[in-house]
Amino acid sequence: MFETLSLLALQQYWWIIVSILAAILVFLMFVQGGQTMIYCLGKTDMERTILVNALGRKWEFTFTTLVTFGGAFFASFPLFYATSFGGAYWVWMLILFAFIIQAVAYEYRSRAGNFLGKKTYEGFLFVNGLLGTVLVGTAVATFFTGSPFRLNMMNQVEWETPYRGLELAFNFARYETFVNLSLGLAVFFLARVLAIQYFMKSVDEKNINARLKKKLIMNAAPFLVFFLFFVANLLLMRGYAVDPESKMVTMEAYKYLHNFLEMPVVLVIFILGVLIVLLGIIRPLMDYKKCHNKVLWHGGIGTFLTIFALFLVAGFNNTAFYPSYTDIQSSLTIENASSSHYTLTAMSYVSLMVPFVVAYIWYAWKAISNKKITAEEMEDEDTHIY
Amino acid sequence: MENVDLTLVDWSRLQFAVTAMFHWIFVPLTLGLAFIIAIMESIYVKTGNPEWKKITKFWMTLFGINFAIGVATGIILEFEFGTNWSNYSWFVGDIFGAPLAIEGIMAFFMESTFIAIMFFGWNKVSKKFHLLSTWLVAFGASLSALWILVANAWMQNPVGMRFNPETARNEMMNFWDILFSPVAINKFLHTITSGYVLAAIFVIGVSAWYLLKKRHTVFAKRSIVVAAVFGLIMSLMNIHAGDESARQVADKQPMKFAAMEGMYEGQTNAPLVAIGFMEKVEPDVANVNERKFAFSLEIPDMLSYLAFLEAGAYVPGIKDLVNGYTKKNGDVILSYPERMERGRIAINTLYSYKEAKKIAEESRGNEMVRLAFQEKADSLGALFSNQVWLDNYFAYFGYGYYDDPRDLIPSVPISFYSFHVMVILSGYFLLIFILSLINVLNGKLERRKWILWAAILGIPLVYIAQQAGWLLAEMGRQPWVIQDLMPTIAAVTKNSASNVQITFWMFVVTFTVLLIAELKIMFKVIKKGPKEGGQ
Repeated sequence: MFETLSLLALQQYWWIIVSILAAILVFLMFVQGGQTMIYCLGKTDMERTILVNALGRKWEFTFTTLVTFGGAFFASFPLFYATSFGGAYWVWMLILFAFIIQAVAYEYRSRAGNFLGKKTYEGFLFVNGLLGTVLVGTAVATFFTGSPFRLNMMNQVEWETPYRGLELAFNFARYETFVNLSLGLAVFFLARVLAIQYFMKSVDEKNINARLKKKLIMNAAPFLVFFLFFVANLLLMRGYAVDPESKMVTMEAYKYLHNFLEMPVVLVIFILGVLIVLLGIIRPLMDYKKCHNKVLWHGGIGTFLTIFALFLVAGFNNTAFYPSYTDIQSSLTIENASSSHYTLTAMSYVSLMVPFVVAYIWYAWKAISNKKITAEEMEDEDTHIY
Repeated sequence: MENVDLTLVDWSRLQFAVTAMFHWIFVPLTLGLAFIIAIMESIYVKTGNPEWKKITKFWMTLFGINFAIGVATGIILEFEFGTNWSNYSWFVGDIFGAPLAIEGIMAFFMESTFIAIMFFGWNKVSKKFHLLSTWLVAFGASLSALWILVANAWMQNPVGMRFNPETARNEMMNFWDILFSPVAINKFLHTITSGYVLAAIFVIGVSAWYLLKKRHTVFAKRSIVVAAVFGLIMSLMNIHAGDESARQVADKQPMKFAAMEGMYEGQTNAPLVAIGFMEKVEPDVANVNERKFAFSLEIPDMLSYLAFLEAGAYVPGIKDLVNGYTKKNGDVILSYPERMERGRIAINTLYSYKEAKKIAEESRGNEMVRLAFQEKADSLGALFSNQVWLDNYFAYFGYGYYDDPRDLIPSVPISFYSFHVMVILSGYFLLIFILSLINVLNGKLERRKWILWAAILGIPLVYIAQQAGWLLAEMGRQPWVIQDLMPTIAAVTKNSASNVQITFWMFVVTFTVLLIAELKIMFKVIKKGPKEGGQ
C-alpha cells in the first residue's frame, strides 16, 4: 500500500512520524524534570528514595524513545542525521554524555560498593535533567533559527564555526541565541511541571505531596515566560521558505506565522495543546484534591499536541526544517534530506508496528503503576529498589 | 581528492573502537544471561519450588547491574555514526539507517518495557505473565543484536543497493537481500551464540567460586547444570557458525582471510597455522609490510579445506591479492594498482558529473552552454546505470582514494593473533562445559578443584575471546568502512582532531570510572551471595 504513494507523500508521512516521536519524547522528559527536583522536593533520605524510585520505573521509556527518535530520523532523513550530528558535534556530545551517566545512575545509586557514592549518582541525575532538557530544546529551536553549515557537492557537511554547535547556545552577539535558549529553558521548566504532575499521580507521601502545589506555581511561571518569549519570536521572525518549483530557499517575513495561518489544522492543534497544558497547571491549583490524579493527562496531551504542531510548522508548507544561516541554499528540507522512495516505503511498513508497541507499553505501564509509591514499599525486602 | 587529516581519522577510529569495545564488555552477558534467567524462572514456575525463584532473582540482580552500563555505553554508538562518520551516514544512510530504526522500534522498546516488569512486577502481575516478560526481554535483547549485526554484515558485504549519482549516495534496492544475506545470518548466529557462551561461562565460573568456598552449594550446582547444558549447545552452534563465517571471509574478504592466517604467498594445499609467532621481514621488498613466522605449528591442507572445503584448493596470499592473479576458472583478479586506477576513474566520473550538472544549472539563460553541460552530465550519469561500467569501475570506487597498496593491507599481527586467540579459547570453553556438566551430574564436581579453578579462569578468558573476535572482524577489514566502496578516510566527519581527542578522553575516563563502579558492585553482590543479596 505504501509503494503507491508519491515520494513527497512518504516524506510527509515520515515527517509526521518524526514529529510524533519528538512530541512523545518531550512529554516523557518529565523524568528529566523530576531528576532536577529530587532535593527540592525530598528533604529526607526516604523522601528522595521515593522520588528516585517513582522516576526510576519510567526512565527507560524516555531513554528508549530518544534512541528510537535518533534511529527513525536517521532512517527517514539521513542528511539531517549526518549534517546535524556531525556538524553540531559538541551539542550532541554533551547531550549524549548526559544520557550516558543517567543510564547507570538509577541502578547503582543505592548499591553497596558503588564506588562514587549516592550523592554522585544523584548528581548524574541532576546533570542529565538539566542538560538533557535545555540542550534538546535549544537544538529544536535551531529548526527555526538556523545553524552555520554548508554542504559540498557530495552533500558532506562543513560546519562554519570551530565551536561545533556551542555557538547556538552561547553566542550572545546573535539575537537568535536568546530564542534558542528560551525554548531550551521552556522545555526545562515544562519538564519540571510535568514531573510535578507525575508525582501528584504516583507518589503517596504526605510531606512530598504538600510541597507539590507550591512548586507547581514556581515552575509554571518561568515556563510561561520563556515559552511566550519563544512563541512571540517565532511568529514575528523571518523564516526559511522553499520555492516548490525551483527548490530555492529564500527568507520570508513572518514565515512561521504564515505557516500557522496557511495550515489552520496545525494552528488549532497548537492552540488546543497550549490551552490543555495551561489547564493542567490551573486545575490542581484550584482544586487539588479533586484533580491531582488526573492532571498528568493534561500535561501529557497538551505537551504532545504543542510539540507536534511546532514540528509540523518547522517542516511543512514549503519550509526548510534545518536551515543554514550561513549558506541558505544548503538548508535541509523534507524533500532534499530524505531517504529514497524504496527505503521510506520499507520503513513505512515498519511504522505499522508502532501502535502495537504503544499498546504493550501502555499495558506494562499500568501493570506496574497501579498503586502509588509509598514509604512502606521502599522498605519491602521483596521489591527492587533504586 | 581533498586533503584528509590523518590524525583526525585515527582519533575518530580510536574513539569508535574504544566505545564499541567498552559496549561489548556488557552486551554478551546481557544476551546470554537473559536466556539463562528465563530458563531458571521457567523451572520455578513449572515446579513452584521457591529455591528456583531465589536462583532466578540472584542472577537477575547481576543482570540488572550489567544491563544498566550496557545501555549507558550503547547510546553513544548509535549517534557516533552521525557525529564522527557523517560522510558515511550520508553515503549509505539510505541503507544503514533502516536497521538502526527497526532496532529501536522492534527491540529496544520490547527490552525496556518488559525489563520493568521483570524487576518491578514480581508481586504486581501473575507468575505466568512475569515469566513471559522475562522471555520477551531475552528475545528482545537478541532481536536488537540481530538488527545491528545485519547492519555490520552489510558493511562487510554490501548488497541490495545501487549508487545514485544525483544524490551522491547508495540507495536501497532490496531490503530482503540485506536482511537475509548469508553473511548477515552467519554473523548474527556466530555473535549471538558467543554471547550465550560468555554468559554460561560467567554463571559456571561464579558458581564454581561458591563451590570452592563451600557456600550455597545447592544453588551453585543447580546454576551450573542449567548453564552447562545451555553453554554446551550454544558453544557447538558458535563453532559451526564461526566455521561458516571463515568460509565467507575467504570468499568476500580475501585480504582479511589472508591477514588472519598471516599468509603472504598463496598456495594450493594451504596449511592452517595452529599456533605461530610473527616477526618483521626487513627490508620489505614486496612493499606489503611483510612478516614471517619465527615459529609455527601447521596442520597440512587444513586452510584450503577450511576456506573452500577442498584440500587442494588454492588460497591467495597477500602478495597475490596486491599483485593480482588468475583463478583456476579463468577469472582475473585485478592487482591493487589497477583497482586504484579504476577507483580514481570512478571518483573522477562522479565529480565531473556533479560539476557538469552544476554548471548546467547555473547557466540558465545561456541555452547553448546549459545544453552542452546538461548533455555531458547526462552521458556521465548514464554510466552509473551501466552494469559493465559498474562492475569494472564503480566496484573499485574506494580504492581510488589510495596510491600505495600498503595502505590497503590490514594489520596482519592483530588479525592473526586475535583470530587464533579466539579459536583456541573457544575450544577451552567447550571443554569447560563438557567437564563441568559430566562432573556436576555424577556428583564429583566439588572434589575436582582443578575444574572449578579452570571455570573461574574461564571468566576473564571469555571476555578476551569476545574482544578478540571483534578485533578480527573490524581491524581485519581495514581500511574499509564499506568493503571496497568507502575507506575510513572518506567516511570521517570533517572536524578538528582536537575536538575528537577531547571527547575520546572524556569517554575513556567516564567509561573506566563506570566500569570500576560496575565491577565493585558486581563483586559485592557475588560475595554476599544469593541468600541475603539476591533479593
